Amino acid sequence: MPDPAIEIENLTKEYPFGFLHLKKRTSLEGLSMQVEMGDVFGFIGPNGAGKSTTIKLLMGLIFPTAGSARILGKPISDVEMHGDIGYLPEQPYFYDYLTAAEVLDYFARFHDLTAADRKDRVDRMLRKVGLETARKIQLRKYSKGMLQRVGLAQAILHDPKVVILDEPMSGLDPVGRREVRDIILELKKDGKTVMFSTHILSDAETLCDRVGVIVGGKLRGVGAPGTLVDMKTLGMEILFELTGTANVPLLSKATRTGDCYRLQVPEEELYAAIEQLRGAGAHILSVSQVKATLEEFFMNLVEADRAQGAAVEVSGQ
Amino acid sequence: MRRAGVVALNTFREAVRDRVLYNLVFFALLMIAASVAVGQISIGIEQTVIVSLGLSAISVIGLLISIFLGVALVSKEMDKRTLYTLLAKPVRRSEFLLGKFAGLVLTLAVNTAAMAMGLLLAMLYVKHSLERSDTVVLVAVYFILLKLALIVALALLFSCFTTPLLAILFTVGLYSAGLYVQELRNLPIEVMSPPMSAFTKWLSYLLPNFENFNVMAMAAHGRVVPGALILQNTLYAVVYCTIVLTAAAAVFSRRNLK
Repeated sequence: MPDPAIEIENLTKEYPFGFLHLKKRTSLEGLSMQVEMGDVFGFIGPNGAGKSTTIKLLMGLIFPTAGSARILGKPISDVEMHGDIGYLPEQPYFYDYLTAAEVLDYFARFHDLTAADRKDRVDRMLRKVGLETARKIQLRKYSKGMLQRVGLAQAILHDPKVVILDEPMSGLDPVGRREVRDIILELKKDGKTVMFSTHILSDAETLCDRVGVIVGGKLRGVGAPGTLVDMKTLGMEILFELTGTANVPLLSKATRTGDCYRLQVPEEELYAAIEQLRGAGAHILSVSQVKATLEEFFMNLVEADRAQGAAVEVSGQ
Repeated sequence: MRRAGVVALNTFREAVRDRVLYNLVFFALLMIAASVAVGQISIGIEQTVIVSLGLSAISVIGLLISIFLGVALVSKEMDKRTLYTLLAKPVRRSEFLLGKFAGLVLTLAVNTAAMAMGLLLAMLYVKHSLERSDTVVLVAVYFILLKLALIVALALLFSCFTTPLLAILFTVGLYSAGLYVQELRNLPIEVMSPPMSAFTKWLSYLLPNFENFNVMAMAAHGRVVPGALILQNTLYAVVYCTIVLTAAAAVFSRRNLK
């Protein structure tokens, strides 16, 4: 079995604050996890959960209070290892006096590439992120979405083995988000390892082999999106049309959209509900199973974390 | 070293595209031109006035650039978070600092050379010819550049651990103190206790000695600057900059970015 692309062991980050920095706020607490080679790994959590802190620690932008991490078998303190890593920071900002082509060429110079190779890669990347027509415009005139594209281009410019993206969909319109999704899938097809943070759960669900859920600085679950959530059926959903004003008790539990109603019932009450609806003249359009989604799993964790926080506050008082 | 060179060239490119810099250099050239007018009403001491005013203009503009841009070298990259992407490349923090320092010193060298050219043209206009002894002006300009390099190193060091405003204040403070090193060293021992005397002596060697770089009076009167002083000042600037930059790298290597 090959070594994991990213190994994190008991990674902790505390920030001192207050007078003389005597108090400490824990941003990340004892994070341990692995990202396998060739996987697309989604790091999900609400704002302030510790996603960006983890990524900044991995990239050596901040230093851990405790714990360690390795990327491609090398410690994160080894700067040379960055030659095999691509990184897109959250809300990236570049030298605004440079054009997109210049900024990419600048970053390419830190890798051992020939001038011809640099030019070729810059051209290819600008085409890939849809910026070839804006290549000669200074970045100060770029929109947030365009800067995000430049950020993505510089992250994959040098053909890295591991790509770490901090909120790559942020600031992008639906077309841009679709393009980023395609690029991530393309990277996976090329055998690259991709780790990206997001709070858009549908992106994680559709793109990731595995996800890690982080809430309040602690990792609350790691695994394939399907295995993380409880897969048992939560109930049955009946979609039906009903015209007129028939007196059906179940209607009070249904959600109405135009002439269509959506009703969720326990699995064992399905047939009784259908009979009652048909008796009232309803036209059944569809019946489907309702299963837990990653979103529900995520929301349960967030709510539990908030409840715990509230309990601590109450006991503190 | 190659990576530091890439950072240096980009720092130079940033300065070249910054219009404020051109305004400052234009202002310096204007002051040099004005010195010609002042020189013409100073009968018999035209050259002294032109050289004094010209060198002062070069020094003041260089000081402004080196302090303000020197502090911004690191703080701007951190505030705008351009540093995040850069440090994710195979670049050491010390290479980044060295590159930023070299880039600004290169910018100062080009600006100082342009202003020195303006000064020489002003002298040529007044005297109608330049003499061999006028090369002392170039030596004075070279010393100004060495002084500016030292200031950039200090500004860079302070900006590695404090806010831009405090870094500016610290740099200006240290520069001001560095102008009076000789006085500090020669404080009359009778008025101080022996420990205090030892402390001021020790402090005078620790502070950057900017007084040594001031040969404006010699240049204004066309006196030759000894070769030993040129060598001594060059060595002093190189060693002092190396120490300050090493300290800056040590501080910056441990700094958490925001």
